Amino acid sequence: MPEYQVLHEKARSFYPRYTRKAEAQHQTHYCPGCGHGVTHKLIARAIDELGIQDRVVLISPVGCSVFAYYYLDVGNVQVAHGRAPAAATAVKRSRPDSIVISYQGDGDLAAIGSAEILHAANRGEPVTVFFINNAIYGMTGGQMAPTTLIGQKSTTSPFGRSIWNEGYPLHVCEVLAALEAPVYLERVALGNSKQVMAAAKAVRRAIENQVRGLGFSLVEILSPCPTIWKKNPVEAQRWVREEMAKVYPLGVFRDRTKEAEPRPAPAPPPALGDLPRILEIGDGAGEALPPLPKDPFADHRIKIAGFGGQGVLMLGEVLAEAGLAAGLEVSWLPSYGPEMRSGTSNCHVRLSTRAIDSPLVAHPTLLLALNEPSLRKFSATVEPGGWILYNGDQLPADCARQDVHVAAIPFTRLADRVGDARAGNMVMLGALLEITGLLPEAHIDYALRRKVKSERWLELDRRALAAGREAARQGVTHAS
Amino acid sequence: MLEDRKPDRGFVEIDGEECKGCGLCVEACVPRVLRLAESLNRYGYHPAVYDGHGCNGCGLCFFVCPEPGAIRVFKLAAPERGARPEAALAAV
Repeated sequence: MPEYQVLHEKARSFYPRYTRKAEAQHQTHYCPGCGHGVTHKLIARAIDELGIQDRVVLISPVGCSVFAYYYLDVGNVQVAHGRAPAAATAVKRSRPDSIVISYQGDGDLAAIGSAEILHAANRGEPVTVFFINNAIYGMTGGQMAPTTLIGQKSTTSPFGRSIWNEGYPLHVCEVLAALEAPVYLERVALGNSKQVMAAAKAVRRAIENQVRGLGFSLVEILSPCPTIWKKNPVEAQRWVREEMAKVYPLGVFRDRTKEAEPRPAPAPPPALGDLPRILEIGDGAGEALPPLPKDPFADHRIKIAGFGGQGVLMLGEVLAEAGLAAGLEVSWLPSYGPEMRSGTSNCHVRLSTRAIDSPLVAHPTLLLALNEPSLRKFSATVEPGGWILYNGDQLPADCARQDVHVAAIPFTRLADRVGDARAGNMVMLGALLEITGLLPEAHIDYALRRKVKSERWLELDRRALAAGREAARQGVTHAS
Repeated sequence: MLEDRKPDRGFVEIDGEECKGCGLCVEACVPRVLRLAESLNRYGYHPAVYDGHGCNGCGLCFFVCPEPGAIRVFKLAAPERGARPEAALAAV
């Protein structure tokens, strides 16, 4: 009796049963003749051969292959449509020893996920991507994909794809081959047994590259979708071979596996305790300052507005920093856009003894208007009983209000005398502190030291603050 | 004489209940010893069947089959060195 031994059988990397369905648990959910099943087998076989089953994390896509995690007995993450390369990046970076396999169809990778795949490839993420191109949206019933062939009919290109209406078929390998980072890009097909055997080699290589620590590898697989193409499996296979492969030439588009260096291990993250030093926050000096009492309740809603360049945002930052050092709840919300360039900009600052609900200041208790347009824009919004500090000798008559306090002081002119008109914001801050006693001098000085790195400017700003206090002491014009 | 015939280089086992009758194995089979059955399986497919002889153990049917475990391919074991009559003689 001749002796026989098993040559090929179900890969160990498949589950023995697929528990998604109550019955037929030994069968996939794929249609007869579907290329997904073949590709799953090639991947499972490569995993077996490389002995990496315990290290593999498969990123399942949206599409017919969404249930890949029911078949392959490896780590799995099922992700949002198109986002597999982004999730693969996260898994690989957080678990560098894992072998991350991203599996996507053409609707997933080439349409909604085109940005993700482009940037993952461009970053050279050391993951393996299998891209199933069947020139159609299969799961959703046959809509046009970016990869649909010219003239091919689909439910959304019922007259056949036209270059004038839907553009050209997207050649993913060719696009990615224009990037510097990818290590290995190959297009294979499942058009007959010979092509399948070539695909098996490419699939294994793409995974092996990752095991070797090389960079980004992608294999595009031209794959039959008999059901949606309305062909029997044998005809569908022929269509892959004879029609698709004509439009999508098979071959290696990038192979730098010989010269590619194994990627260096990612630098370890800094210790949590080092972060304040690295980010230059919380040097401890602020913590040494005495906190302000939490009682009575105080909630200062401050709006600072002026021309871009007047130091509007900076003034807000100093207030917020000083507030933080004083143990207050603080928010700082800049509002700028094109306004940063010779337009008005403003920022919202809240300093409160209690948690802040919103950083938005619609009705300020303190308005610091560094120019007339800002005054006109916001003076009507100030809370009755609040303060307007205005950069000028007096408020324009039509902006006058009976129910608010006003300090009209030519801050910019005073700053000019101090030495630089750009210190007008600090003159205004000095006046504000003098009038309201909002924050102690020590906290403000600490905030200034944190924000102003130049010794010359620090000295100038301190003098500007003093000038502002002096001006406020000398004369504050109250509303009549 | 059946006993004199050289043994097949391989054979295949097909799980007729996993098979969906796509016919790709039939298409790929070089010695053309696979076909789709006349009968239907539980799920309403004509499963692939092996004629029972003539398989060369190439394994192509396994690779083109979309089902993970529908086909098992067996290959004739290479006779062990010691089992070969001439080797046994040489040992003596």
